[in-house]
Amino acid sequence: MPKLTIDGKEIEVAPGTRIIEAAKKNGSDVPYYCYHPGLSVAGNCRMCLVEVEKMPKLQISCHMTCQDGMVVKTNTEKILKTRQHILEFLLVNHPLDCPVCDQAGECWLQDYYMKHGLYDSRVNEDKLKKKKAYSIGPTVMLDQDRCILCSRCVRFADEISKTHELGIINRGDHSQIEVFPGMELNNPYSGNVVDICPVGALTDKDFRFKKRVWYLRSTDSICSGCSRGCNIQIQYSTERPHHANGERVIRLKPRYNELVNQWWMCDEGRYSYKFHDHNRIEAILRREPHKVTELDWETAISEIAGKIQSAAGKIGVLVSPQLSNEDLWVIRRVFQENLKVKNLLLVSPNAEGFQDDFLIRSDKNPNSKGAEQLGFTYDATALQSLLENCRQGKLEGLIVFGQDLFSVLEANLVEKALKALRWSVMISSNHNLLSESATYVLPAATYAEEEGTFTNFEGRVQKFERALYPLGASLPEWKILVNLSKALGQPVHYEEAGEIFKEMAGKVKAFEGFDFDAVSTGGSDVRTFAAPTIPELEKYDNIL
Amino acid sequence: MEKLISKYFVPGKTFWVDEYIAGGGYEAARSVFEKFDAKGLIDEVKKSNLRGLGGAGFPAGMKWSLVPQTTGKPVYLVVNGDEGEPGTFKDKYIFRHAPHLLLEGMMIAAYANNVHKAYIYIRGEYVDEYRTMARALDEAYAKGFLGKKIFGKDFDLEIVLHRGAGAYICGEETGLLESLEGKKGFPRLKPPFPAVVGLFGCPTVINNVETLSYLRFIVERGADWFAKLGSEKNGGLRLFSVSGHVKKPGVYELPLGIPLKEIIYDHAGGIRNDRKLKAVVPGGLSAAILRSDEIEVGMDFDQLRAKGTMAGSAGVMVFDETTCMVSALHVTMRFYAHESCGQCSPCREGTGWVHKILQRIVEGRGRIEDLNNLLDICSFMGGTTICALADGAAMPLRSYPEKFRAEFEDFIRSGKSIVTPKAKELVSHH
Repeated sequence: MPKLTIDGKEIEVAPGTRIIEAAKKNGSDVPYYCYHPGLSVAGNCRMCLVEVEKMPKLQISCHMTCQDGMVVKTNTEKILKTRQHILEFLLVNHPLDCPVCDQAGECWLQDYYMKHGLYDSRVNEDKLKKKKAYSIGPTVMLDQDRCILCSRCVRFADEISKTHELGIINRGDHSQIEVFPGMELNNPYSGNVVDICPVGALTDKDFRFKKRVWYLRSTDSICSGCSRGCNIQIQYSTERPHHANGERVIRLKPRYNELVNQWWMCDEGRYSYKFHDHNRIEAILRREPHKVTELDWETAISEIAGKIQSAAGKIGVLVSPQLSNEDLWVIRRVFQENLKVKNLLLVSPNAEGFQDDFLIRSDKNPNSKGAEQLGFTYDATALQSLLENCRQGKLEGLIVFGQDLFSVLEANLVEKALKALRWSVMISSNHNLLSESATYVLPAATYAEEEGTFTNFEGRVQKFERALYPLGASLPEWKILVNLSKALGQPVHYEEAGEIFKEMAGKVKAFEGFDFDAVSTGGSDVRTFAAPTIPELEKYDNIL
Repeated sequence: MEKLISKYFVPGKTFWVDEYIAGGGYEAARSVFEKFDAKGLIDEVKKSNLRGLGGAGFPAGMKWSLVPQTTGKPVYLVVNGDEGEPGTFKDKYIFRHAPHLLLEGMMIAAYANNVHKAYIYIRGEYVDEYRTMARALDEAYAKGFLGKKIFGKDFDLEIVLHRGAGAYICGEETGLLESLEGKKGFPRLKPPFPAVVGLFGCPTVINNVETLSYLRFIVERGADWFAKLGSEKNGGLRLFSVSGHVKKPGVYELPLGIPLKEIIYDHAGGIRNDRKLKAVVPGGLSAAILRSDEIEVGMDFDQLRAKGTMAGSAGVMVFDETTCMVSALHVTMRFYAHESCGQCSPCREGTGWVHKILQRIVEGRGRIEDLNNLLDICSFMGGTTICALADGAAMPLRSYPEKFRAEFEDFIRSGKSIVTPKAKELVSHH
């Protein structure tokens, strides 16, 4: 293990560690543009130059590996002066159009200028003009004027997405990033180049001109787009409803997790946030022939409780792998443990989709594994017979979480089943065909509006935090069920999601020993189980 | 004075294989298999003090001894024939007149380094020279000097001839390797050095055309004899490309360490129209300029370095008293701005910026503070980049204004050249 001194402080690092990484660990902040821990070293920005004893020239700390006995300095007069000049070089042809640049506020040119630059301009020459703001693919705009040619995006397309759309053409200060002729940047991970672009050269079409970044707040979350469970940040703003048509969630950004998604996320997940603000169910509704009434929670819950009780077990419950572990646990407690409902089925609202060998999984639900570990299973035959039972009038009511049965199953079968039922309850965050025909429609919170956990396909339990308050009257599913259980006279008691998790950690092997707050960064260990593992609930597991 | 390589430089003539053999050619390559083992040959070249004559002057034998032979990967030999340094045209003469001398040198180097595949990277603009080399290669294959079991010995050697596409940066050895691999000529980060990780990730020996062309004579006549031809630690002779305001420009083969004054006045015939000498660039465009009172210097790697300039590629460019140094620096910097690969920020932006400032000065719109700005930019361009192009640009950029400060100031104040009032019109506007 090489031991070296950085700015007078000794540090021991693993062999092969770059100076820039060791310096960061040691509390010395070395600025950089082209370096990215997830990409190969390009060493072209020259911002991370440091002094290494016994070497006459300054060395780039992103390339040089730590050697035993090295003495490194990162903040001498010479280095600070050189940094200033490197910044000056980078700005010679930079258009300085910060007022109209989306990157402003999270721009590394701005940040480093405020920290290391602070000089007066002495550029008297005309700036070179390059191509501004043009589309290079479905998601990304390129502004060559603003580009500092760090080549991060090129390396991303070569090394991570392996799609090779980008290159640097021309030479000298005429160099520019360009997509190769006949290509466009349309790989499944294209949005990441915007994240890694340190300046405003690559901007996200979805985000352009929607909101200045300093109005954004950020909350750690988990992408619900597929069973990978990429760690993300939900970036949102609630204080300026006159921006972005009042949308609260403005964009999603990947959050580093070495074991799950490293620095990346796919476009499908990145742009999957619109449902938080669009087409939402905000009110509690009761549907009668030719009449829809808006109810308050108490009325709705007591009416539904009455119907459930009078059905005397003749109900069906369809749950979704989009629900959190906490929701699923309370569903089990209320419907299986207390009400002894036999027709409790897991139904995926999403068809299987594209999968690759990097991040994207074909299971487009975030919590199939969690549902499985909590004792829910997919069973197509059981689902068919449940519908048949509905149609034959063997069931009185159906409670559906989230999914649009019309798009998941054969629409005419669903229609017949619904017609034969006395009542149906739809608990969902967004409108769909089912919410247009269910007897009761209860608004549920989205995953951005509650906290909870998803278990990804590997069995890793990961917590998502609450970014927003539930929209309108909506509530987290588990809260709706807690209220319902009270009305049913068999109350379950939970004040917050953490309590539910704690209970699961004590009772379910898949969660044993996990701590709700500890799985918020980085997720839990991976635990895989073949079958449902809740001994005390297993006796209810015969479905029809 | 004895000529080695340049005795082949007969105007209008190429020494094709039969004539080359008749003059004793390929005997050295043939004999090397008996005379030396690989290590012995490397030691012999070390003893000869043969330096890398492409410009860096790194001892050739030393370079070879750094190549690891036990990696399990093939070792490649790459000949740097890109010859892009302005003021340099010696390799062109070797390609044109003595292609087999280079091939023989390559065989010797291949034997010393256990190389079985070698590449010649030839400057793209050298079209005729490329054809000459191609024909010479065909001849050598036909004679059995190349291919399987050369000279009937248990040693294979394939040589591939590859044309560059015109970028100066592809003469930088790692830029050349990238280009040879089919990529854009971006110099690589070092370490690892090409000796260890070079062409296609394998250990690679890269030598200049001229360096290799001297090997035949070292094998023929011994390292001691060769070392004695030059000065201390600078063995042998060297091809000086002399251009500019001299009576007899051309390639002169002279001992390393010869005084610059002798080259200009004794060999190149003195200054055109017997005008006064103003300045000399001693080692290609990237060498710092020398004033007329600095030409006593001995032309080898160490003496020139001591003078703050460099022997470089031995491209001697002579400027007489009618030369406007401001215009000279302007066209010089236009070259670097045009040829910077664009990888490192200081070089990419610095060379372009400097060129624009000089453009403004020669157009008569200079400001007196531009001079200090130029020198300041220069000091942060050099030494901060992946390759030496920025250092090469910084050498003239610092030395011209420092050594001719008064002329630069006069030009800026008056908006025109004090030397050639028409300099402004001579500058093409790019």
